[in-house]
Amino acid sequence: MEKLFTKTTALTDKPFHYCPGCTHGIIHRLVAESIEELGLKDKAIGLAPVGCAVFANEYFNVDMQTTSHGRSPAIATGIKRALPDRIVFTYQGDGDLASIGCGEVNHAAVRGEKITTIFINNAIYGMTGGQAAPTTLLGQKTTTTPYGKDGDANGYPMKVCEMLAAHEGAYYLERVALWDTAHIIKAKKAIKKAFQYQAEGKGYCLIEVLGTCPTNWGCSPLEAFEWQKENMLPMYPLGVFKDKGGEE
Amino acid sequence: MIRLTINEELCKGCGLCVNACPKDLLRISTTKENAKSYNPAEMTNMEECIGCKSCALTCPDVCIEIVKE
Amino acid sequence: MEKTVLMKGNEAIAEAAIRAGCKVYFGYPITPQNEIPEYMAANLGKAGGTFVQTESELASISMLYGAGGTGERAMTSSSSIGIALMQEGISFMAGAQVPGVIVNMNRGGPGLGGIQASQGDYFQATKGGGNGDYYTLCLAPESIQEACDLVQLLFDLAQKYRQPVMMLGDGMIGQMMEPVCIKEPEQKEYDLSWATRGWDGVSRERAIINSHYPNPDDMVIQNGILQEKYRQMEAEEVRYEEYMCEDAETIMVAWGTVARICKSAIKSLRNQGVKAGLIRPISLYPFPYAILEEYAKKDQVKRFLTVEMCAGQMVEDVIIGTKSLKPIERLNKLGMMSHTPKEIADYVIELEAAEKEGK
Repeated sequence: MEKLFTKTTALTDKPFHYCPGCTHGIIHRLVAESIEELGLKDKAIGLAPVGCAVFANEYFNVDMQTTSHGRSPAIATGIKRALPDRIVFTYQGDGDLASIGCGEVNHAAVRGEKITTIFINNAIYGMTGGQAAPTTLLGQKTTTTPYGKDGDANGYPMKVCEMLAAHEGAYYLERVALWDTAHIIKAKKAIKKAFQYQAEGKGYCLIEVLGTCPTNWGCSPLEAFEWQKENMLPMYPLGVFKDKGGEE
Repeated sequence: MIRLTINEELCKGCGLCVNACPKDLLRISTTKENAKSYNPAEMTNMEECIGCKSCALTCPDVCIEIVKE
Repeated sequence: MEKTVLMKGNEAIAEAAIRAGCKVYFGYPITPQNEIPEYMAANLGKAGGTFVQTESELASISMLYGAGGTGERAMTSSSSIGIALMQEGISFMAGAQVPGVIVNMNRGGPGLGGIQASQGDYFQATKGGGNGDYYTLCLAPESIQEACDLVQLLFDLAQKYRQPVMMLGDGMIGQMMEPVCIKEPEQKEYDLSWATRGWDGVSRERAIINSHYPNPDDMVIQNGILQEKYRQMEAEEVRYEEYMCEDAETIMVAWGTVARICKSAIKSLRNQGVKAGLIRPISLYPFPYAILEEYAKKDQVKRFLTVEMCAGQMVEDVIIGTKSLKPIERLNKLGMMSHTPKEIADYVIELEAAEKEGK
């Protein structure tokens, strides 16, 4: 009896609270599998953000800290500097990382902190009910851009991988997506590689995962992926933005 | 023989696995309903399943387990 | 190597922290505490620790939260404005029961204020400057020697109570040079099974550092745990100094460097036959209410005189402690100006004269 697919032990038994079709669940699995497969479970310390994934401390089956909004790259720095041989990762949404936490994520990259960030860009604030995030697209309707986001009034979409690529301390930055099996497998490789680099003591790694928010986008999980391919992909092209360890 | 099980209590009927299956073997049940009153996904023809794991890879609630006997 | 040396306050405090086993220090530049991060940058690494200059005080307190959550001895420092930025983090540390030492060298305020000494952060430090029901154990030194002893003590109190603790100095403590003998305390071991250090899955429960309790029933329990700790601190951690109070008719109440100026005034008053004394709170939270009540009930005590370098904040705790059984006079200095001993002494003589006239 061979197990072709079974739930990773790096996830607890707690059912996810996420909305039906929300990509957080997929990403949690990719992160947890990466940690387990690299044999890092007993050294991993994760940080749950403030946002829909605020309950991540109940899902990742490793030592966890919950954080103040946007501060996890700094909190992770504190942990890593105190215990340099542990594997420290932050899991953050676009409100947490790109808005209130923009200072912290930039300086974690500037300092080349040896931590891993999993950044979910779903172009909206989920937990608080659908407000505009820095990654919200021009023309996109949200509860705080009810007539469609206007560059002049609300600013322009923020490209996190491109921004962080300017920092010498950033070691590996890749943007991935999840709208089909091939992309999910590619996303897993990127996430696992980021953790591998941390295990090797390399610099700051961030994987930007294009996530969906069916509830606040107001469409079905499947339509959400379609909308994402059509609208988000042009603004947020996939690919590697930096890979000091790669064959660039 | 591939055997696929869906944890019907965790499933939220999001339909992503149904879309992902290359052989269209999955569907959202119209008869079953779980404790949260979601209609879970179900396998329609186990023999045809090739164990490609696409459904399990895309399931946001890690409901699917696949074994090969 | 415990010999007496002449040292600047900020540097002595940093050295004292290193000898107390501080493993990580996070700091951001702000006058008048800059020599703390500078000293740490030059010396913490040599002692086997790690110094990080942060991008902001928000980051400093966040790093302290993370590091404290591992159980390692961690510290940060700043001045007034930076401590204001840290309030969210301090509240999170209180809520998640994370140990960590925070040093505040109080400067002028509000707003950008000025870089010289002031005591205007008393409320912020002792009444919980962040959100929610919590207190920060807060000790205030009057000298550099005491600052060194207290910062070392605070590392243990942080672990004992698993919570953020603060040393509230001021620009003078930070900038003065005084002879000091920095001790090499024996470092107590503490149970760290609660700390996020990596989990082998078996030896203990999975560690979760957390202040998020969406379910009210859980929050009631969590708040209860914190309140129990505060009652314990109020019972076990009150510290104060009584100076010439035995026969004192006027009792001054002052903390930090202002208390030393009061002592000079008291000597001068005693020479003029005026019986004055001082009660100096060392723990600002938990505040020494009981001793104040005790003196307020003594017939010999005619009045209390609070002396503060601000518009009057500690005075509110003196009102609580004395239950207003005796008159409470105030001699406050604003704008980072400090009192002279003569000003204080003259004011007491004025009060004495007014009292005789009043009869």
